[in-house]
Amino acid sequence: MCLALPVQVTELGARDTAIVDLGGVRKEISLALLDEVRVGDYVILHAGYALSKLDQEEAEKTLALFAQMQAAGPAAP
Amino acid sequence: MKYIDEFRDGDLARNLAQNIVAAAEPGRTYSFMEFCGGHTHAISRYGLVDLLPRNLRMVHGPGCPVCVLPIGRIDMAIDLALTRGAILCTYADTLRVPASGGMSLMKARAGTGGSCADVRMVYSTRDALQVARDHPRREVVFFAIGFETTTPPTALAIQQAQSEGLSNFSVLCCHVLTPAAIRTILQSPETEQGPAVAIDGLIGPAHVSTVIGSRPYEFVAAEFHKPVVIAGFEPLDLMQAILMLVRQVNAGRAEVENEFSRAVSREGNLKAQARVAEVFELRREFEWRGLALVPHSALQIRAQYAAFDAERRFQLEYRFVPDNKACECGAILRGVKRPQDCAIFGSVCSPENPVGSCMVSSEGACAAHYGYGRYQDRH
Ligand code: SF4
Repeated sequence: MCLALPVQVTELGARDTAIVDLGGVRKEISLALLDEVRVGDYVILHAGYALSKLDQEEAEKTLALFAQMQAAGPAAP
Repeated sequence: MKYIDEFRDGDLARNLAQNIVAAAEPGRTYSFMEFCGGHTHAISRYGLVDLLPRNLRMVHGPGCPVCVLPIGRIDMAIDLALTRGAILCTYADTLRVPASGGMSLMKARAGTGGSCADVRMVYSTRDALQVARDHPRREVVFFAIGFETTTPPTALAIQQAQSEGLSNFSVLCCHVLTPAAIRTILQSPETEQGPAVAIDGLIGPAHVSTVIGSRPYEFVAAEFHKPVVIAGFEPLDLMQAILMLVRQVNAGRAEVENEFSRAVSREGNLKAQARVAEVFELRREFEWRGLALVPHSALQIRAQYAAFDAERRFQLEYRFVPDNKACECGAILRGVKRPQDCAIFGSVCSPENPVGSCMVSSEGACAAHYGYGRYQDRH
């Protein structure tokens, strides 16, 4: 029910709509709940509405943390 | 897909698991509740419990909107479709929830019990509005369920209907609030129905938090001295959040931390919150399956939008209906029992023939456990 997906905005449309790429499928969604969305942005899509922007920098930071932990090897028991 | 696959990497998950094992102190036990059904589903689907140390237990919470909807609310929706002649638009998950007298929206649609109800599955409130535009002579009701994630789209639909003068559209509002449910769980004293749940920390909601932010959970740390870590729905998000909780418990800290920083801020989506506040106000109380009547735990449509409120428009009354006696959904939703504690789990009750609501949605604890985990216990 609360599931939402990160999708990339590929086109902006009229009246607060946008076209997004949903794993290769084009879909029209509503941007009525967000301000200042640009083509190329990732948004969190839920039931036809973008709920928030995905902060790509924060995503990379989280992934970098995982990579760093792995490089450090398993922590000593 | 980008920003999904990277967060499902198996090697990284095992590495996180090793870190959790190393961090968990052998002399302690850790019991964490994942509030959201989305987390429950991910834990089962990716077999995360198998990666966790034995002294760390995950407890399923009540964060499955379909699961917490009481029978009386489904009855109201069936009544609208069956006896008031409305077209009922609903998200797919509500269709199979058992209602009174062996009915469900699906059975009402199929004509079980005489007449056929016009029940339509929609993906979005925008689709429900379109049904209303396409059928100007019919009453069209959107059965609105869900936590704060699903509420803003309902608010927008009501405002859109008003601006278009779509006078045949209304909403049966069953939107519920996450913080109120968390408070109820944390406050729950030992009752006749069973013991209160003892948890050491909470995995906070993912997509609910994109809307309301992390601030509404701060009371959990301040008043109840329990740590909260907000986590995304992917397996690496969950494992990292569990590690963060273990560290907080070890250090004796109780703070709200945010693992899902790529989508959640402390303030949340202010625009969405403003829309919700324009259209909805707090209900005095609302019946939850499992939690009974919870004060200020749900929303109702403001008087200003009364024309779009199906409860007022059709003068609907909520009537309490007890759950099936054999069903343990109530205790499971409170975190005090597990699906395998139910005597009819997997036998009489299965996803094909659900007896209780927790077996309906894939986010329900029973359905998740049936789909991915039911054989584990036999070994
Ligand atoms: S297995 Fe079925 S009857 Fe038992 S608690 Fe779960 S949903 Fe209810």
